[in-house]
Amino acid sequence: MLFYGIFCCSPPFYPENIDRKVTDMSERTLHILTDSFWKILVPGLKVTLPLTAVAFAMALVIAIFVALIQFANVKVLKQIARVYIWIIRGTPLIVQLYLVFYGISGLGYLINPFVCAAFVLAVNEGAYCAETMRAALEAVPAGQMEAGYCAGMKYHQIIRRIVLPQAMRTAFPPLSNSLLSMMKDTSLVASITVAEMFMAAQRIVARTYEPLLVYTEVALMYLVFSTVLTWLQHLGEKRLNRYRGVKKAAVR
Amino acid sequence: MGMLEIKGIHKDFGEGEVLKGVDLSVNKGDVIAILGPSGSGKTTLLRCMNFLEAADGGTMRFDGEEFTFGHVKKKDIARLRKKTAFVFQNYNLFLNKTALQNVTEGLTVARKMPKAEAAAIGHKMLDKVGLSDRYDYYPHQLSGGQQQRVAIARAIATEPEIIYFDEPTSALDPELTGEVLEVMRQLAADGMTMLVVTHELGFAKTVSNKVIFMEGGAVVEEGTAEEIFGNPKQERTRAFLRLETKDDGVGKEQ
Ligand SMILES: Nc1ncnc2c1ncn2[C@@H]1O[C@H](COP(=O)(O)OP(=O)(O)OP(=O)(O)O)[C@@H](O)[C@H]1O
Ligand SMILES: [Mg+2]
Repeated sequence: MLFYGIFCCSPPFYPENIDRKVTDMSERTLHILTDSFWKILVPGLKVTLPLTAVAFAMALVIAIFVALIQFANVKVLKQIARVYIWIIRGTPLIVQLYLVFYGISGLGYLINPFVCAAFVLAVNEGAYCAETMRAALEAVPAGQMEAGYCAGMKYHQIIRRIVLPQAMRTAFPPLSNSLLSMMKDTSLVASITVAEMFMAAQRIVARTYEPLLVYTEVALMYLVFSTVLTWLQHLGEKRLNRYRGVKKAAVR
Repeated sequence: MGMLEIKGIHKDFGEGEVLKGVDLSVNKGDVIAILGPSGSGKTTLLRCMNFLEAADGGTMRFDGEEFTFGHVKKKDIARLRKKTAFVFQNYNLFLNKTALQNVTEGLTVARKMPKAEAAAIGHKMLDKVGLSDRYDYYPHQLSGGQQQRVAIARAIATEPEIIYFDEPTSALDPELTGEVLEVMRQLAADGMTMLVVTHELGFAKTVSNKVIFMEGGAVVEEGTAEEIFGNPKQERTRAFLRLETKDDGVGKEQ
């Protein structure tokens, strides 16, 4: 907003010999860029990131629950878990968003688009993360479970204190990957009227007719968010590596 | 009557019987070595005794309580396991826990012991196996021999009535077996009841008071160490000992 003010209020002071048209154009470009910067960033911080955080947290809870059901071989619930994963992974996210949002709206119920988006994203991502978690749980050596039993621990104690922490470490990189994907997928919820970052960009384009400029800008914004998340992932991995001998060959 | 009696234990994984009715009697303070060629069912026997594998038939009497394999309640299994400990061939230390936490986990979590008390025991047990400078090391930061000694510390911390050892040194480099056997020797001297599957004939000869020779899922011969090593009655025992002696030399521990 500050830049905006400066550019609008200060009268042109360029010498006459500079091509006015070029100056006008770059001025306009700069104006649009600075103006839209905040208009894109604010929904990014206020909607895209919170939506990502809330939906992913819920997705993780779903994933751990669904993975444990399968790992523990709980009858009936296990079949339900498989059907859930089958349906979610077999249908497009955008269709799921439309189905829930417009489906429920069509029945005459008012539904908060943000809540709906968070719910659908969580349920969707939960199915993928559940598979990641299941693979990670199965990768924990069976001997860990047996050692726990022999130490007198109960199943749930071994799972919570021994198996799950190790599985989480294994699953951390692929889960980070999922988080990154989901952050970008939040752009789809623009289509169910959630005013997130991408919708903000679309609105600016509709007003300015500068798709190349504005979509580049929003792409860069996603890139910055992704970069921060990737950086957090590396920090997290470093912390978790304390008990995992990351076997890097000392020599090549 | 012994503290632990196994009668007619059977196990079939689906491709023929692996245990064909093994009997076993353990008295308090016994150190029993179980010898036998690969595939003879030694590991399976130990695992069935601690319910890591479900035996198909046979009975177990432990501390005066009688159980029939295949019909033991979950609750009883949990209770029985708290009186025993298991040392695995590949250590199976909790990979996300330090040496000390590995030892205290069974105390604080399974036996609800206060943390400080458990830590004191943990320190004492790790000192006992010669790891007083490795409390806070994670398994991946320890050598195989050190890991197995942590596993032994974990086993004795809960004061079990018997410890099952399944080839505790066979995953170790030769130069590391000595430190583990030494700890086991000390445990035996302290009067711990131990059931040890091993290929270390030297250990069996010098430490155990009873030796069992298994083959093909059955006990072929049993007796004192002197009887089995000095004067084996069965030809199969003799053949096995000849072969093993040629392989790694009896008594290399002495
Ligand atoms: N989980 C299993 N499923 C099927 N067969 C098994 C299983 N575990 C063991 N067996 C079979 O049971 C037999 C006895 O195996 P076991 O591991 O008890 O032998 P062992 O005496 O401990 O041998 P080693 O000295 O090589 O450790 C083998 O033929 C093995 O193939
Ligand atoms: Mg074995």
